[in-house]
Amino acid sequence: MSFYSPVRTNAQEAAKSDSLPLFRFVEDPEQTKIDTYEAHGGYQAWRKTLTEMTPEQVVGEVKNAGLRGRGGAGFPAGVKWGFVPKGSTKPKYLICNADESEPGTCKDRVLLERDPHAVIEGMAIASYAIDCHLMFIYIRGEFGYAADVMRAAMAEAYKKGQLGKNIHGGGYDLDMIVHTGGGAYVCGEETAQTNSIEGRRGNARMKPPFPAVAGLYGCPTIVNNVETLASVPHIINRGGDWYKTLGTEKSTGSKIFSLSGHVRQPGNYELLLGHNLKDLIYSPKYGGGIIGDKKLKGVIPGGSSTPFLKPDQIDVSLDYESLASAGTMLGSGAVIVFHEETCIVWIITKLIRFYRHESCGKCTPCREGTAWLELLINRIEQGGGKPGDIEKIESICDNIMGRTVCPLGDAAVMPIKSAIAQWRDEWQYHIDHGKCLVETKCELAPGN
Amino acid sequence: MILTPESVTRIKDAAALYPQAKSAILPAITIAYRQVGHLNPDLYGEIAGILDIPAVEVAEAASFYTMFPKEPVGKYLIQVCHNISCALLGAEGLLSYLQDKLDIEVGETTSDNLFTLVRVECLGSCATAPMMQINHDYYENLSRAEVDRIIEKLTAEAQSGGTL
Repeated sequence: MSFYSPVRTNAQEAAKSDSLPLFRFVEDPEQTKIDTYEAHGGYQAWRKTLTEMTPEQVVGEVKNAGLRGRGGAGFPAGVKWGFVPKGSTKPKYLICNADESEPGTCKDRVLLERDPHAVIEGMAIASYAIDCHLMFIYIRGEFGYAADVMRAAMAEAYKKGQLGKNIHGGGYDLDMIVHTGGGAYVCGEETAQTNSIEGRRGNARMKPPFPAVAGLYGCPTIVNNVETLASVPHIINRGGDWYKTLGTEKSTGSKIFSLSGHVRQPGNYELLLGHNLKDLIYSPKYGGGIIGDKKLKGVIPGGSSTPFLKPDQIDVSLDYESLASAGTMLGSGAVIVFHEETCIVWIITKLIRFYRHESCGKCTPCREGTAWLELLINRIEQGGGKPGDIEKIESICDNIMGRTVCPLGDAAVMPIKSAIAQWRDEWQYHIDHGKCLVETKCELAPGN
Repeated sequence: MILTPESVTRIKDAAALYPQAKSAILPAITIAYRQVGHLNPDLYGEIAGILDIPAVEVAEAASFYTMFPKEPVGKYLIQVCHNISCALLGAEGLLSYLQDKLDIEVGETTSDNLFTLVRVECLGSCATAPMMQINHDYYENLSRAEVDRIIEKLTAEAQSGGTL
């Protein structure tokens, strides 16, 4: 049994559990086929939606479940759907955001490649909830294999009458388009994504108006993350009351965590929200501890734009509120781990290069600021840092934060500010001595 | 025309799906890239003609998206992810290993026109780092030995006249 991506998952645990629905079948190679998906209970929620529920009931159920956006922002999905203006005569659009590109994040790819019908079913139910008859999935361009899988699944769904005209005889029509991107992180932001589908450059748009009011082609548009939508069929099948028994009171349900970096067993693990971060990193079921038995130095808990945690902060619950209390964010659930032989300035050179490269250039603070930050940070890393550089970096960060149209600017500065606050002495050492306090040792494995 | 009749048909089919033809720019660019291996202004003109929109709109969009090379590249475009999760597991070493092995710098193409080596940002394969993309395929959990096998396989494929 082999998959396109050899990524490790906890599918076996999910298969035995009653509360980890997303990964239940992701190690079944037949799951991409519609017959297998249906045999596993797939498309029952879609049928139930069309034959037994009103759109208001669907929205109500998802609101009751407390499902929050899994792409990073954590906004309640049902509440978002409720923002589509009632009685609007314009077409409404649903976009499934599969532009997964926040460094550290590789969770949606598992669903796209191994359980595409779950994504389609969630999209269909969400479409019905907002009265949408043409839904899109925006898949990052590099995920060519995932797009092929999704197109094949879509063709099957049409053939078996899950999409198309008069679905299940209920009079509802729904079409789907698989749209692939062109390599731009910013297109994961919903207004940039909308521009991208319209054939424009992927610059973010000013809000308001919010996409729910005026999005794609000027029409009401809802953009939801892959994992968010894949969670919806389970809520419809088993009810919001069941879903909210999972996780914590305010962070309900399960969530996929992408664990990467210096751990023995990197992988994608579906856990209940509220799972302990330390357990994710060290449990033999998941990360299995740090490679080479080295000491942990730090963790980025929610994708590259979230503030760092130090080893004494990782005994924390992985939910939206607990991580906020710890001064960081759950974000996309991408946990990046690094050990003691890693220079913090070196890490930040990688992150700032990314944000400088991905800044769309529309807002001056982000366009100019990320370029200056990269210059200063590289100068420090290369041993040419000058007194005052740290303060200069902090000042530039403060002039970007909150001053841009989209969150890319904030995303660029949050890890930098946190890295300085958490390891200020290391930055200072770098400037004073012209070299790293700890030399980074991250070598390519020889293999066999 | 550079675009083959098949590509033209595919672009027209894509355009028919959308409420507005301009939405087919990115699909059309992707189709052109898959056929030619890179993009250029002649292709923008051809796409604009098919979609009946100004060529500048195609060029404007194309210039934004970094996934498509704007100049000819080797038969195999090797894109090494150098972002954080890959860097922590040796992406810099992977790059220098490939540079030495292929005897080119990043951004260059081998003299036999087989391999072009570039570095790219996160490809969403972080839990199977380090990794690289060659043309349209991902190669994950890389090691020096694995890279040796991949390059050997592709070289053999090219010598036996294999296609992309």
